[in-house]
Amino acid sequence: MKLVHRSIERDGCGLVDFYKSSLFCIFSYINTMYSNCRVIALIPDESEDMWHAYNLISEGDSVTASTVRKVQTESATGSSTSNRVRTTLTIKVETIDFDTQACVLRLKGRNIAENQYVKLGAYHTLDLELNRKFSLYKPLWDSVSLERVEQACDPAASADVAAVVMQEGLANVCLITPSMTLVRMKIDITIPRKRKGFTQQHDKGLNKFYDAVMQSILRHVDFNVVKCVILASPGFVKDQCYEYMIQTAIKTDNKLLLDNRSKFLLVKASSGFKHSLKEVLQEPAVLAKISDTKAASEVKLLESFYTMLQLEPAKAFYGKKHVDRANEALAIDTLMISDKLFRCQDILKRKEYVTLVDSVRENGGDVKIFSSMHVSGEQLEQLTGVAAVLRFPMPELEDSDDADSDEE
Amino acid sequence: MARHRNVRNRSYSDDYDYDDVYGHSVEEDSCLSPNDSSQWLFDRTRNSQAIAHFLDSHDDIQEEVEEDTSMSSPSALQRGESIDLRSLDLSEEDEAKLMSCLDELRNVLGDTVSESVLIKSVLHHKFDFNKALDDILNSKSKENTKTEVPKLPLVVIEPAKAPVIATVNTPKVIVQNLEPKTLGIIKGFKVGKDEGPSSRPGTPREQSPCTERSKEQSTEKVKAKENKASALSQYTKERALDKEHLYIVVIGHVDAGKSTLMGRLLCDLGEVSQKTLHKYEQESKKIGKQSFMYAWVLDETGEERVRGITMDVGRAQFETKTKKVVILDAPGHADFIPNMITGAGQADVALLVIDATRGEFESGFDFGGQTREHALLVRSLGVSQLAVAVNKLDTSNWSQERFDEITKKLKAFLKQAGFKDSDVTYVPCSGLNGENLVKPPSEPELLKWYKGLCLLDVIDKFSVPDRPISKPLRMSINDVFKGTGSGFCVAGRIENGMISKGDKVIVCPTKEAADVRGVSINDMSSNVAFAGDQVIVTLSGVDMQNVSVGYILSDPVQQVPVTTRFEARIVVFNVKVPITKGYPILIHYQSLVESAHIVKLKAQLNKTTGELVKKKPRVLGNNSVAVVEIEVSKPICIEKYKDVKELGRVMLRVAGVTIAAGLVTDIMST
Repeated sequence: MKLVHRSIERDGCGLVDFYKSSLFCIFSYINTMYSNCRVIALIPDESEDMWHAYNLISEGDSVTASTVRKVQTESATGSSTSNRVRTTLTIKVETIDFDTQACVLRLKGRNIAENQYVKLGAYHTLDLELNRKFSLYKPLWDSVSLERVEQACDPAASADVAAVVMQEGLANVCLITPSMTLVRMKIDITIPRKRKGFTQQHDKGLNKFYDAVMQSILRHVDFNVVKCVILASPGFVKDQCYEYMIQTAIKTDNKLLLDNRSKFLLVKASSGFKHSLKEVLQEPAVLAKISDTKAASEVKLLESFYTMLQLEPAKAFYGKKHVDRANEALAIDTLMISDKLFRCQDILKRKEYVTLVDSVRENGGDVKIFSSMHVSGEQLEQLTGVAAVLRFPMPELEDSDDADSDEE
Repeated sequence: MARHRNVRNRSYSDDYDYDDVYGHSVEEDSCLSPNDSSQWLFDRTRNSQAIAHFLDSHDDIQEEVEEDTSMSSPSALQRGESIDLRSLDLSEEDEAKLMSCLDELRNVLGDTVSESVLIKSVLHHKFDFNKALDDILNSKSKENTKTEVPKLPLVVIEPAKAPVIATVNTPKVIVQNLEPKTLGIIKGFKVGKDEGPSSRPGTPREQSPCTERSKEQSTEKVKAKENKASALSQYTKERALDKEHLYIVVIGHVDAGKSTLMGRLLCDLGEVSQKTLHKYEQESKKIGKQSFMYAWVLDETGEERVRGITMDVGRAQFETKTKKVVILDAPGHADFIPNMITGAGQADVALLVIDATRGEFESGFDFGGQTREHALLVRSLGVSQLAVAVNKLDTSNWSQERFDEITKKLKAFLKQAGFKDSDVTYVPCSGLNGENLVKPPSEPELLKWYKGLCLLDVIDKFSVPDRPISKPLRMSINDVFKGTGSGFCVAGRIENGMISKGDKVIVCPTKEAADVRGVSINDMSSNVAFAGDQVIVTLSGVDMQNVSVGYILSDPVQQVPVTTRFEARIVVFNVKVPITKGYPILIHYQSLVESAHIVKLKAQLNKTTGELVKKKPRVLGNNSVAVVEIEVSKPICIEKYKDVKELGRVMLRVAGVTIAAGLVTDIMST
């Protein structure tokens, strides 16, 4: 994502006027005081940026973007013609719709800046497009949003990894980007078991399965972008699958696979379900390859939370009520929070979470915002969405849970 | 009138069948109970006096008189006296009174008394309902005492008995009667009456009066009922002469010698021909793994032989003195525990194989080895009898100390796992040498101290658990494959009930109906199979694509519940990471593996007393017992533990380790 223009100040007004064709937004400008401008202009340049935009835009914000609209014009004689016009519109967002598979963000709302084609108050749905500028106006830019912008503009973080987790008869082909894990394809084939007399049905089923996996890798993995392809499975499925792919590639003279042979990485996983990706991302061999991606660090953090819960239960808490209380006591060392909580419709609730994040930071704590698209984020989301590792044990919290707050 | 006789011959088993099942009241299948429906729903057959107006031949009644010969005279007489309302010459008002009285009476008596008797007594008592009722009841009891009317099923109220009695006399009677006698339209109604309030309450209107069809239906139905109700008797008939079937799963740490032990056992029993054995010997020599020659009897795929480990459950059978034993050879490798669970879920008893070699036992038993996990798993899967084969004892020269050392350690552990001491037998043996397997030991070192039985006799001494044959059909599918001929085959174990050729079954959770084309047990085709059997069923009527491993074949009427959310009482094993809310897990349920997560921790219980320790605990640690709610990502078929034991057990696994075992306590409707 590229930041084109920004004129905001933390929590209110203030402005940075800054024009540059590429990123590197300069945060030292933030304190320059101006008034009444709270606009950021961004250019998304990869599909992942749509995810950031999705997390950035909330209901009630205004978005200006170029779009195509069908316009009906009536001539003097009364005959009407309709044609499609490209125009720039500003809408006040009412509903936000994110398609995870296609990575498309749709914003629906009323037009607030009249132009020659579209009346004021007319509904329009903006499809945010790649490589086209859009400007976002927020009544209030809080720290979480600003951090998101920063993160979105950071080019170093982007490193894509493809991972196939499988077991006999089940495979999930996933694409791991810094802030998303996308399941591109799920393959579920019943493989007959071995039985006395005819084992060939079993072998045939397996081959069919491997073929499906291979086709799906070819279709969904872009070897130009992807750093490595992880094949993970229990037992020997991964080895057999790799063997099958290479054999078939040699037979069919598939250059693409043969050239990228070195990108394949075989790792152990306990099952073919999506959440075993967690194990895969903890594997040292994988870590060495993908080093500092968000996905891996999140998994590690969550794991440390669980370990703490096991060893010193009084130092690890989850649920908003507990975490709030711990924060009041300035006890939070690491706060883990799911970005889903910031997407919530309720502005007051969002504000609560933002204050929590801010105050933890102020007190010298570490805050990690988990992406709800990763497996670890999914798990955190199930775990009320917020969890914390404390600096010192607070056993009094543990005893005090009467009517639990996590009834959400 | 034609219908009177049918009152008697109604197959009452239909009515009462519902009560056989726990938690399944009549109301669930129809909005009204048969009683209510008779009260509130219009029933054409009921008011057939109106129809009588349209029939010229009241003479038809005469035909009814001669019943089957077994009928005693008084009842026949009774019938002959059946009265046509029109013949009574009542005023309209009286007729209305009469009708209302009849209705009331029927409410009380049901269809137990013929209409003519009712009408007569009502008229006799001048439309006084109470008196008429008294009169009828009195006369009925008298009649019952003095005549030997073939026991009317209607008298029987206890649901349990009803079906049995029904099969004793009624069905045959119906079939015989219908054929020669009843022609003409009346019969259509009659059959309607016959079926109406029974299995499909309130639907007689839908019944076409077409004679042919209804006749067929009723016969078919009767047959079906007969089958079902007499499942038990059929079972005893079919299996009385046969040896009892026993399914035994062989478990243990990887390389404990499970396959070799079983291979050797089969060879010694003569189940494997010399020729094949010789072939295996030659081939295994060729790749330098001669010690695997016996294991090859069970490990058949090339993959397994090359790697020298079992990957999927192998199966074989042999006979002992009193039993037909099917062995399920489970893989010992940690990666294949899902397969092992599939195997163990089908077994009645287990054989735990221990490698007695110094160092091997320790590594397999102490933390990280599969010995513990396997034993815990089979126990949690409901296996209570266990034989422990202390294998490879020849490596320590049949030393008693070693044997005692191992058994001592195991005893403590198995007791903790929930096995009774009396249900566990320890046998020293050697799989490769065949020592103490089929014949009593010959090794002098062993003879010095071992006085017990050989392995085969231990297996023979296992008792076969009770098979729930009379419950509705449940069969879990663990394999789907193309068979020879039309249709496709599913393999699995019948947990409940029985299945026979020609049955209609429902494939759950997709709820598709299928026909059973064929049944075979242990590769022998058979007409029926009962609970506890491992069968291969040929299905037609559903697409092979739509059936997958882990599905359940269910009785069409009493279907297995399908849900995505259920409550379970779990026992947490040794876990590295504690269980919290939202914890992602894999559930292993029969052969099904599905991802799920724990949505709620409801309560933590005391391990021994089951008392509530803490409501809504934050986290579940090692060795705790708790009630949790689990949500599965896809709908699955599941039963409460108290309804069907076999289908009420789940295993929870994370990252290749079993973290908990649970019993289903409640099923949330979704």
